Amino acid sequence: MRLLRTLFVSVALILAGGFVVYAATDRLQAFTTEAARRIAVRQHPVDIPPVTLETQSGARIDVTGLHGKWLLVDFIYTRCPTYCVALGSEFAQLQDRLGGPLAKGAVELVSISFDPAHDTPPELAAYLQRARSRGAGWLAARPIGRDGLDQLETSFGITVIADGMGGYTHNAAIHVVDPQGRLIEIIDSGQSDLAARTVLEKLRP
Amino acid sequence: MTSRLRPVVAACGAASLFLVLLAPPVKRALEASMTAQMLVQIPLLVAVGISIARALPARASETIADWNYNGISGLVLATVTSVFWMLPRTLDAAVVDPLVATAKYLSAPLLIGLPLALSWPRMGFIVRGVFLLECIATFFRLGWLYVISPERLCNLYLLEDQQRLGQGLMLIGAALFLAVAWKLLWGRFDSLSVAAREPQPAHRGLPSTAT
Repeated sequence: MRLLRTLFVSVALILAGGFVVYAATDRLQAFTTEAARRIAVRQHPVDIPPVTLETQSGARIDVTGLHGKWLLVDFIYTRCPTYCVALGSEFAQLQDRLGGPLAKGAVELVSISFDPAHDTPPELAAYLQRARSRGAGWLAARPIGRDGLDQLETSFGITVIADGMGGYTHNAAIHVVDPQGRLIEIIDSGQSDLAARTVLEKLRP
Repeated sequence: MTSRLRPVVAACGAASLFLVLLAPPVKRALEASMTAQMLVQIPLLVAVGISIARALPARASETIADWNYNGISGLVLATVTSVFWMLPRTLDAAVVDPLVATAKYLSAPLLIGLPLALSWPRMGFIVRGVFLLECIATFFRLGWLYVISPERLCNLYLLEDQQRLGQGLMLIGAALFLAVAWKLLWGRFDSLSVAAREPQPAHRGLPSTAT
């Protein structure tokens, strides 16, 4: 009797536990927060909040002012010594690959700083220069006010932590925002080719 | 200490340890690093559950034992719950999301520590052996993964932290392996084999065992 009861309880626990793990990992697809973030936006695109940005030229624009274009967004801080240089050069490659659509204004590259206190317009301009931007269609910008940054981090799912050496570590990626201002896809950094192909495919009539 | 007093002491111990872990500065400090969360905070929460098992009245233990032949049900529950808290995304979520944090603070004591402590005395030699070897294997598997992974598995923690945790897990696995090997080579088996033959009911807390 004890044996049967135990068998019953154990099978029930395994089934219940299996179901919880299955549900908590998006059907065994996402074991990390990063993977979960990608799946979540693909299933439910996220509206980007109307935050005011200050660009490298000092101009103030509203994020909603960028509606109507496809955006490729990355998050940066200009003091970043290693990682962001790689992401920066990726955006420079994207500038080459997407030259046509960028010139037509169908696509825009946007690098948003999560270190707005340090990243003033001159710093942002210097960052673009270091990353070898050719100018066309690539904005570097900082959100205005702490609240704006928080809203952007929450909606994009960006986690920034101090790296213990005065810098930051963050979940770097290329974020695809559609012309309605919705985040629809997140692409691993290092896959700028895929990002370019994704946008070109969307633009094809 | 008389055995009448033991449940009271265990209950007080469990409650005070739990309250300390709940204190915001302690919680923040232990969750500031992946290593501290996995190797200090969660094990201490499990320890709270073990203390709760000691504080349980004998009658409750008896009732549970009716559903826990050879300690199997408790072992299954503890294992399944541990698997859940080994997912990197639940570690992240437990820090950021209050609901997941509550789930962690409740499930680590009640669904890992408590069932494990109730099951261990009932587990026979073979069940204990399988359990310990699987623990060792898991420590090495997870540890190795964390040491070699070039990517951060948790968004909240640094890569160095993850690698340190990996080394820690492998060290614990190695220590556990040595302890088991020591027991196999030089240890006394009577206690284990007696447990294997007839799972002893939990006497703890019964006045009759008072000396």
